Amino acid sequence: MENEVLRIEHLHKVFEGSVVLKDLSLTVRRGEVIVVIGPSGCGKSTLLRCINALEDIQGGQILLDGQPVRRDARDITKMRQKIGMVFQSYDLFPHKTILQNITLAPEKVQKRPRAEAEEEAMELLERVGLADRRDDYPRQLSGGQKQRVAIVRALCMHPEILLLDEITAALDPEMVHEVLEVVLSLARSGSTMLIVTHEMAFARAIADRVLFLDDGEIVEESSDPKAFFSKPQTLRAQAFLKTFDYE
Amino acid sequence: MDMNVILSYIPLYRDALLLTLRIGWQGVFWALVIGLGCTLIRQLHIPVLQGVVTVYVELLRNTPLLVQLFFLYFALPKIGVRISAEVCGSLGLGLLGGAYMAETFRSGLDNIAPVQEESALSLGMSRFQTFRYVIFPQAAASSMPGIVANVVFLLKETSVFSVISLMDLMFTAKDLIGMYAKTIECLTLLVVFYLIMLLPVSLLGTVLERRLRYAEFGN
Repeated sequence: MENEVLRIEHLHKVFEGSVVLKDLSLTVRRGEVIVVIGPSGCGKSTLLRCINALEDIQGGQILLDGQPVRRDARDITKMRQKIGMVFQSYDLFPHKTILQNITLAPEKVQKRPRAEAEEEAMELLERVGLADRRDDYPRQLSGGQKQRVAIVRALCMHPEILLLDEITAALDPEMVHEVLEVVLSLARSGSTMLIVTHEMAFARAIADRVLFLDDGEIVEESSDPKAFFSKPQTLRAQAFLKTFDYE
Repeated sequence: MDMNVILSYIPLYRDALLLTLRIGWQGVFWALVIGLGCTLIRQLHIPVLQGVVTVYVELLRNTPLLVQLFFLYFALPKIGVRISAEVCGSLGLGLLGGAYMAETFRSGLDNIAPVQEESALSLGMSRFQTFRYVIFPQAAASSMPGIVANVVFLLKETSVFSVISLMDLMFTAKDLIGMYAKTIECLTLLVVFYLIMLLPVSLLGTVLERRLRYAEFGN
């Protein structure tokens, strides 16, 4: 398909003898926002890490723009440039300023001129409301601010797809919102994203498609997030969503 | 205390200091080189060499420098390897220090969260770029207190060089006491000269640590 960005075929991942992902297949189209939910240990973070080749895979293949992503391939650094990733926490470089955090890879990896990289970094920082923190160090920022910078850092590489791995899970509740707002605005501007989250209301609002993962496989998939969250079809999804209910 | 005695001994101590410094810093240099080499071997998980590094580190860290020097100076010639006392001193110090530096670098690297490497890789950096721009600066910063402590420790350990007849500070003091019995003067000078050698190192270390403090705050 022409507007297909990512295709995962029969992905199989084993870690220390136990199967983490079983024969998982998934296609992500350009501009699509896919939210992956599921109980902890279900393999959803591992899925994102496999896509970025931070994990070995034991079977199947991952194609980005039709090109295989392989951990031991010579072009892996090229492929990773097209895949932005934001982690749960501690991913900013503590010895670099906010601006340097963002421009390091554009300068060293993409060999872009510093002035140009800085200009774009500043535009992006402006968009997330942190332009005035350009010369601060990560330790001077709150958790929510750090995650916004981490998103900007990934965006500055112009990735084809953005992987967000529980990026609000380590934040204090009052900071969750400011980060999710940024993600929402990215979704509106057409970014392709694969998001792992435990924020169900956010998932419901942002997803074009929801995947419910349990025990390493896609148990339920829905292109109608509103319907999925109010009436999940499978028992396992029902049981999982119930754990978020306090009524 | 006799000031005239002290003044007349100063040139002897100065010469001893220069010798101690020369051999001491050569030792520190080799310690850093060997320590980095061991760290690299461990980081890259090179099969056989990794085992060699472990044996080397444990062997050197768990035997006294005195014994190591005796080996280099008295045992090696028996199997036909003859090296001068100076080379022996800096080599011995370098071998001992290398083991300590390797351990210090290792703990510095252990302090860095794995996600640091992963986020660098996920930005498309190569393994080398990741090490050069992300891992190494942080590891160097968090190892700095340990490195400085090792340097001070190694420079102090030079005091055992007198057993292989190197005219270092300790040898000079013992020699002078043996000849003229001006014990108080000689020992006072000895303390003063060790301080002259080591205080700047400690001060420099403090400055470096403060400048690199960001690493301790995490992210």
